[in-house]
Amino acid sequence: MAVLRVKFTKTRRDKLAQVLWILNWISVATGAILFSLGLFLKVELNKRGELMAGKDIQYVPNMLIAVGLIACAINFLGGKICYDCVDTTKFLRWKLIMLPYIICTFFFTFCVLVGALMCYSMRGELEESLNLGLTEAMRFYKDTDTPGRCFLKRTVDVLQIEFQCCGNNGYKDWFQIQWISNRYLDMSQKEVVDRLRSNVEGKYLIDGVPFSCCNINSPRPCIQQQITNNSAHFNYEHQTEELNLWMKGCRQALLEHYNYIMQSIGLAVLITWLFELSVLTGVRYLQTSLENVLRQGDPNSESDGWLLENSFMETARTNLHIIKTLGKNNQIDTSNNGDPNINIPSTSKAHYGPDNMPPKKTSEAS
Amino acid sequence: MLLKINFTQQRRVRLAQGLWLMSWLAVMCGAFIFCLGVYLKTELLRRNEVMENTEIHMVPNILMMVGLASIGTNWVASRVCQDSLDATRFPRWKVLLLAWFALAALLCCLLIAVVVLSYALQGRLEESLKVGLRNGIRFYKDTDVPGRCFQKETIDRLQMEFRCCGNSNFRDWFEVQWVSNRYLDFTSKDVKDRIRSNVDGRYLLDGVPFSCCNPASPRPCLQYHLTDNSAHYNYDFQSEELNLHSRGCRQALIDYYMGLMNSTGPGVLSVILRQMTVAASLRYLQAAVEGAMALGGTQRARRETSPGEGSRNH
Repeated sequence: MAVLRVKFTKTRRDKLAQVLWILNWISVATGAILFSLGLFLKVELNKRGELMAGKDIQYVPNMLIAVGLIACAINFLGGKICYDCVDTTKFLRWKLIMLPYIICTFFFTFCVLVGALMCYSMRGELEESLNLGLTEAMRFYKDTDTPGRCFLKRTVDVLQIEFQCCGNNGYKDWFQIQWISNRYLDMSQKEVVDRLRSNVEGKYLIDGVPFSCCNINSPRPCIQQQITNNSAHFNYEHQTEELNLWMKGCRQALLEHYNYIMQSIGLAVLITWLFELSVLTGVRYLQTSLENVLRQGDPNSESDGWLLENSFMETARTNLHIIKTLGKNNQIDTSNNGDPNINIPSTSKAHYGPDNMPPKKTSEAS
Repeated sequence: MLLKINFTQQRRVRLAQGLWLMSWLAVMCGAFIFCLGVYLKTELLRRNEVMENTEIHMVPNILMMVGLASIGTNWVASRVCQDSLDATRFPRWKVLLLAWFALAALLCCLLIAVVVLSYALQGRLEESLKVGLRNGIRFYKDTDVPGRCFQKETIDRLQMEFRCCGNSNFRDWFEVQWVSNRYLDFTSKDVKDRIRSNVDGRYLLDGVPFSCCNPASPRPCLQYHLTDNSAHYNYDFQSEELNLHSRGCRQALIDYYMGLMNSTGPGVLSVILRQMTVAASLRYLQAAVEGAMALGGTQRARRETSPGEGSRNH
């Protein structure tokens, strides 16, 4: 009982081979697209590499790049095979390779699916990584004289301007760290000394934010210092003022940006996966129908094509049996007295000695 | 006869085929010129609010017109090539060809004029930007006046994107009241002093908006009391270079637009060359085919020219 049996005439077989040839070449193109999508994602992640700390999320674009390259290679081979399948004599060249090729491609499609799912599951790790990275970057904002960290100020400023965000979760994150370097603080002033003494760690904390947090849509000139002090500015109410600074946190803004990219890439990979699966099904039908033609002997006759020769359970059982007996190749088969060339019935006669006479029965009964 | 070449039937066919290909390439060049014009126009329109007049728009307008005309002209040339080897269909193009050559010459002249204009109009662009930016800075505070309420956002965005400050430099902000009266506390002594200190009663200060701040500065941005060294610790107004953007926005915008137009220069010149090549080849083809038809289908045909061949494309 074959799975999904379909009858193929000669013309249908030829047409199938030609269509599959074209589809395989289209798949090579989609493999190249996958590769370039992986490359694009890698570049995008590296652009903000300074703001991501801890977890390594480079495995997602690396996987996409690898899958894209392998897809190109596999579909290139598939195109070659399908091109030759129109002619039954040329098919003989590929006959032995085709079944392993189909099995490999089937497992490869799982890799493509895994790649697509990874795109969607990356979000959690990315959020953690951004959280850590942004906290670190804000902490080292003032260290423009420390080699290795001197560009963090510029990175954070440009980030806040470009993504229209402020701080990690919101602008209040800036109130909890010292973002003005000690080089620019006049330690002789009373106000500075008071602020430094007001907390345990001796940090100069102010209720102010850097200029890059300023919202350009605000109708009034930006209020950066003494944000929580209503009386410091004319006609200013801290609680209701929304347009003065960017309200979104940078982690949120970056996550949204990357989510958008990841969802588009994930969708593209899923579509590629479905396409690969359908091409694989076509190749399987082509292989089985051509093998049946060879079995029947007449190259112009009709033949059947199928996905699996027997039902699903049968095939699974046979394959499991093959896998089990694989390990027993070197063991001697003892059921036929060790000699595989003789087929003796297992109920053999008892061997009574050289003249093969059964022993006399003793009639004594003592 | 000027620049005479002999054409066999074989060479005529080759010439027609080559010219057909070249004219399709020229169609694509025409599309490229059109897209270039569209791109330049959109870039100019984006900064429309800081330009006072639209004279500079002549350059992209001409580019777009020439691009469209070039597409049509070269498409006609390809049709002529297709029909040139068929003696029955070629005669209907005869009348059109003279007009075609005139149009091709006109297009080449226009393209050369565009290149010249893009240099010549630089002065006008500078004037236009000067006035536009001055108005923008003057109306920066009027976020409650309809028609001018977006000036603040425009100027802020411009200064951050082009990394510039003010018209010529940041001191332009010292001469203008850029803080609206709505946000000034008129009971404060400092405000009253400043307003009284000048004839027009404006609130002038030695400070700049936040969009002038340079992200590359190692210290947090200093916006106010810029000329007062004692107002900030470890600060010297004369030698401080990284705090604000040092370039003026007028200069930044001119550099940007001149860079755009200069980079399109080589493309335009190559399109002119291509168009002239197509015109010359078409002239050869026309003369060769007409000669062949006049001789009644003999093997060789001499190419004949009209006396003005070499001097047509001035």
